[in-house]
Amino acid sequence: MNYVYLLNIVDNGILGLGFVLLFFFVMIISAIIVRRRDEPLLREISTYSKLKRSINLAVESGQRLHLSLGSGGINYMQGGSALAGLSLLKRLYRMAGLSDRPPVATSGDGTIGVLSRDSIRSVYDEVGVREEYEPTSGQVSGLTPGSYIAGTLPVILDQQVSTNILMGHFNSEIALLADASERRGSLTVAGSDNIAAQAVGYASTENLLVGEELYASGAYIQANTMHIASLHAQDFLRWAIVSVILVAGALKLAGVL
Amino acid sequence: MRQLRTSIVVAIAVITGIIVLVGYFIELPVLENLRIILLHYAVIFIAVALIVGVVNLVQVHWKKFQNRQPGGVYSLILIISLLVTIIVVGYFGPTSTPSLWIFSNIQIPVASSLIAVLTVVLTYTGVRLLKRGLNLFSLLFMATVLIVILGTVSFQGFRIPGLSELRTWITQVPAVGGARGILLGVALGTIATGMRILMGSDRPYGR
Repeated sequence: MNYVYLLNIVDNGILGLGFVLLFFFVMIISAIIVRRRDEPLLREISTYSKLKRSINLAVESGQRLHLSLGSGGINYMQGGSALAGLSLLKRLYRMAGLSDRPPVATSGDGTIGVLSRDSIRSVYDEVGVREEYEPTSGQVSGLTPGSYIAGTLPVILDQQVSTNILMGHFNSEIALLADASERRGSLTVAGSDNIAAQAVGYASTENLLVGEELYASGAYIQANTMHIASLHAQDFLRWAIVSVILVAGALKLAGVL
Repeated sequence: MRQLRTSIVVAIAVITGIIVLVGYFIELPVLENLRIILLHYAVIFIAVALIVGVVNLVQVHWKKFQNRQPGGVYSLILIISLLVTIIVVGYFGPTSTPSLWIFSNIQIPVASSLIAVLTVVLTYTGVRLLKRGLNLFSLLFMATVLIVILGTVSFQGFRIPGLSELRTWITQVPAVGGARGILLGVALGTIATGMRILMGSDRPYGR
């Protein structure tokens, strides 16, 4: 009886809203703790350390950075990974936007394309050089997964890119982008919300962002309080979910559930 | 003035996001209706963004052709193909014979070619993984790939005994467990990204 009642609550969405609210409160508490600390407490992710070094090198040597935001749109769940990429795009432009070869962002969806150009323009506005803004620095390379890959390959191969950051929704076609990047001798950083793309990415590049690491770019590259707080909230809730799964499994084995 | 405009934009984004999120979880008629109206607006915006995306695509390739950049000729071909397709589909309709001819004889072969290239690249990638330096994880990765491939196909009716069962166990137990673990992380990351945007601390839409 209680089990059916619990299922009804899940159906009504109260549990979902409760989870989101719990996430919100854990984030706020984490933000307070992070503000009190002098140094953010983050585990080492070697890919982000390499990426930071590579961004600095690109700025110094006047080479281009390429951020590929994938082919997912914001009207689906895949948009989350592209939004994480957009957050990184702003940071890239703050660091390297005024270099000889400013970063270029490619996307496979109209809305992400508009948002990428808006993000780039906002950074130029911030530093007061709006006239430097190039609308083609936020490109829509193709509107289907295949055409997106075909349209992005020339950017990787022909534009003297030193680092390719593949951060968004991809399918197994990510191998074509990673392969082109490796052939050019560029650093390839890959992260996707898609399991197939992650498996292919593991084989294609040494610098893979696995699972939730993709969403941690803000905390590692920007070191913004809310980004770090959200990362701590993610860690806390992941352990909470793991505990619930283990307890539920044990109860099921014991015949209680 | 600019600061005020930014605040208004952020307020609209945050309020809209909260209404859509809460309307998804709580079945209140007022909230539900408001949510549906906002989602309809979103669909219209997405359609407009698609057109803007096509314009941007043409802009990028026209600039590439004009500046005589490498592969500029292909950019011109892309623009001409796009215009021809728009004219044909616009004039005859999307389900007409000429439109379907373009789809079946140009788009499908091109997409199939890309998949064929992908197959070669994936095979090469597997070899490169081994060349990059052997470690426990790369060996495990390649062994799993081989077991799954060999367990799926048969050699003129011959199957290695037990391999098919091993393949089934790998794909149904450790692979599903691992994938669920990763997806859990992805879901939490997506919620975190959404929460930051709802709180206005992360703004992927201008200043």
